[in-house]
Amino acid sequence: MIAETGHYALILALGVAIVQMVLPILGTRLNDPRLAAVSIPAAQAQFLLICIAFGALTAAYVTSDFSVLNVWQNSHSAKPMLYKISGVWGNHEGSMVLWVLILALFGAAVATFGSNLPRQLQANVLAVQGSIAVAFLLFIVIASNPFLRVNPAPFDGQGLNPVLQDPALAFHPPFLYAGYVGFSMAFSFAVAALIDGRIDAAWARWVRPWTLAAWMCLTLGIAMGSWWAYYELGWGGFWFWDPVENASFMPWLAGTALLHSALVMEKRDALKVWTVLLAIITFSLSLMGTFLVRSGVLTSVHAFAVDPERGVFILGIMAVFIGGSFALFAWRAPLLSQGGLFAPISREGSLVLNNLLLTVACAAVFVGTLYPLALESITGEKISVGAPFFNMTFVPLVVPLLIAVPFGPLLAWKRGDLLAAAQRLTAAAVICLVTIIAVLAVNRSGPWLAPLGIGLGLWLICGAATELATRSKLFDVSWSETWRRLRNLPRASYGTALAHAGVGVMVIGLVSTTAWRIERIEALAPGGKVDIAGYELVFQGVEERQGPNYRELAGQFAVTRGGAPVTTLTPSKRAFAVEKSATTEAGIHNSWRGDLYVVLGDPLKDGAYSVRVYFNPMVRLIWIGALIMFFGGGVSLSDRRLRVGAPKRAKARRVAVAAVSK
Amino acid sequence: MLRHIMTAVLLAVVALGAAQAHAVQPDEILDDPALEARARELSAGLRCLVCQNQSIDDSDAPLAKDLRVLVRERLKAGDSNDEIMDFVVSRYGDFVLLKPPFTPHTWLLWFATPLLFLAAAGGIFYAYRRRSRAAAIPQALTESEQEHLTRLLDPDTPETGTPESGGKS
Repeated sequence: MIAETGHYALILALGVAIVQMVLPILGTRLNDPRLAAVSIPAAQAQFLLICIAFGALTAAYVTSDFSVLNVWQNSHSAKPMLYKISGVWGNHEGSMVLWVLILALFGAAVATFGSNLPRQLQANVLAVQGSIAVAFLLFIVIASNPFLRVNPAPFDGQGLNPVLQDPALAFHPPFLYAGYVGFSMAFSFAVAALIDGRIDAAWARWVRPWTLAAWMCLTLGIAMGSWWAYYELGWGGFWFWDPVENASFMPWLAGTALLHSALVMEKRDALKVWTVLLAIITFSLSLMGTFLVRSGVLTSVHAFAVDPERGVFILGIMAVFIGGSFALFAWRAPLLSQGGLFAPISREGSLVLNNLLLTVACAAVFVGTLYPLALESITGEKISVGAPFFNMTFVPLVVPLLIAVPFGPLLAWKRGDLLAAAQRLTAAAVICLVTIIAVLAVNRSGPWLAPLGIGLGLWLICGAATELATRSKLFDVSWSETWRRLRNLPRASYGTALAHAGVGVMVIGLVSTTAWRIERIEALAPGGKVDIAGYELVFQGVEERQGPNYRELAGQFAVTRGGAPVTTLTPSKRAFAVEKSATTEAGIHNSWRGDLYVVLGDPLKDGAYSVRVYFNPMVRLIWIGALIMFFGGGVSLSDRRLRVGAPKRAKARRVAVAAVSK
Repeated sequence: MLRHIMTAVLLAVVALGAAQAHAVQPDEILDDPALEARARELSAGLRCLVCQNQSIDDSDAPLAKDLRVLVRERLKAGDSNDEIMDFVVSRYGDFVLLKPPFTPHTWLLWFATPLLFLAAAGGIFYAYRRRSRAAAIPQALTESEQEHLTRLLDPDTPETGTPESGGKS
């Protein structure tokens, strides 16, 4: 009964979405505000109905209702509760329901909190959102229904892929989807503006918070995926340029460019046409990511669907939305007026450079990801495009971008002074140079470029600090005045500085772990020892343990440093009987210097085991950097919320701030 | 005894579904560190044919192990890096190379990014030139602007709300 309720709610949601797609557009065309206003309750009702459907599916998973085909295929009664719940989206059908749930959530948010949007814009935006919902709800109802029953109901389920039974991966898809789908807001606003043939700075002020929220979620989602790969795949790799990873990375790159170009549009009323195009591109890449992962075009652990019917369906959705929006863009974009002028050396100019490098870098990933697929389908020839290709095309675009980052915020709008900006950055440059020389002097191993990479990361961090110092007039005015200025800086400034510093922290982590990681591969019998990076590991043997739905073989490694005990690591191999597969759990000890990473391999002769031990210097900075970027986005978002909508007088805003801070 | 059987079963299951990477095994490692370093360097550029964009250095698929052993055998036989790569490609095709070779079929792949960069940079330059030139050419006044100007210039009807004074309030 619960499953049927969910199914019914899903079909009702489809009906409501059709209403939401059609009536508001009619209303704005016919100048009937009442018809246009239907969009608001429609978006809210659609969200409620999809909530019911999602709740019904979750209930089926939580109660292990194996009469539902989807639950039987992807769950098991012995699975821990966390993975019963995450199992809802750990499969094709359920993940599509999550997709439309997040889509409807964003739509309902615009309907509910968008009261200060122009009526016509709001109606058009919700209509476009409705059309996306129609496409995906149709897809679910026709080709991916999660509520199908099996009769008679099996005794127990088939279990969830053990690789997916992991805390980081349980929450990786919701964040990733929130990012993908969040960019649909920017898309809907862009298409609504094209339908209207009118766009102004207020548009950018509306789009930016949504884009920022989506970007934050995507940042966190990608970071979680990479963190999971690091500790789960068993050799400490964190990014493989796998097509599935690239599918999420491309919208992130385009979304980052969009955030920056929308800034120019909001502040200076320039780059309008480009911003609209970028909004369309970003969501198109999100759709493409969904297609690549969901269609089975790529075969990997992520591709649950190997059913070509579904692939063709999503390809159709993609063709309609991408083709349609680009056609609309070509037709209507000339109507959008061009905005303010600026000199090449200016804040706007620096953001144009940012957009140039980010979008071309995104294109490099795009070409590298799709070229093998295209070549194979045209000529039948199979090639591989791996890390060496991306290192040669992507990295040369990103390094100049990162070098330029600290200059951007120091340049004035319209016409900037590069020399003055460079002078302000002198201290930062000196710190970086001293560090590079120090690293070169201390650490002679590894690639000669590595110290420069560390310097680049530090340059970003010092550059962010310089921006704050400049804005607060540090050393130019008294300390108390600087402090007063720091407190009064808009939160968006802190957000920018934090996000840029986060990139720097990440760069340091990436460079040091890539350049200076140490590896020991040994055949160890109990009592055997390994020395690595100042640690001594003693293998004490293996032990069998019983988990909730697996058995594991855990190795015991006593770790000492200079004779003093540090910790005991227990890397293990888990065997999942129901799913008939296995996972590797690394034993990781974290210190400020880096991670000690131990993996238990296969048994060899005479009770020995193949053991690999890694020391990954400062590897955590990669994810700490991502967290700082996420946090910076949040700080900036908390600022924007107060300024969103119709311009308020400063006094009124101060009252609002006071009210909020109470 | 039962314990040993259980362990054997457990290991069998582990081996069955080993989708995770374990890469180089201790027994594969060459005694000569210089040769081993070359082996690792070569392995990082060779794709595990049954994996998703993983190098044979990172993969524990049996096929990857075979390739690793093959590379090391050729190294011991005294082959150069290029000879080994050519040998592997002759057996498995270009698909095995993680860095695609530079052939007519991959020209577009390699040139796409630099060409796009040049095109985009050129486009920006062109748009900037066009816009600054357009801004430099004085536009003719519209009728209403002309009317406004005439009124301003007419001493009989002094206009107070000039843009300058309006901006200061």
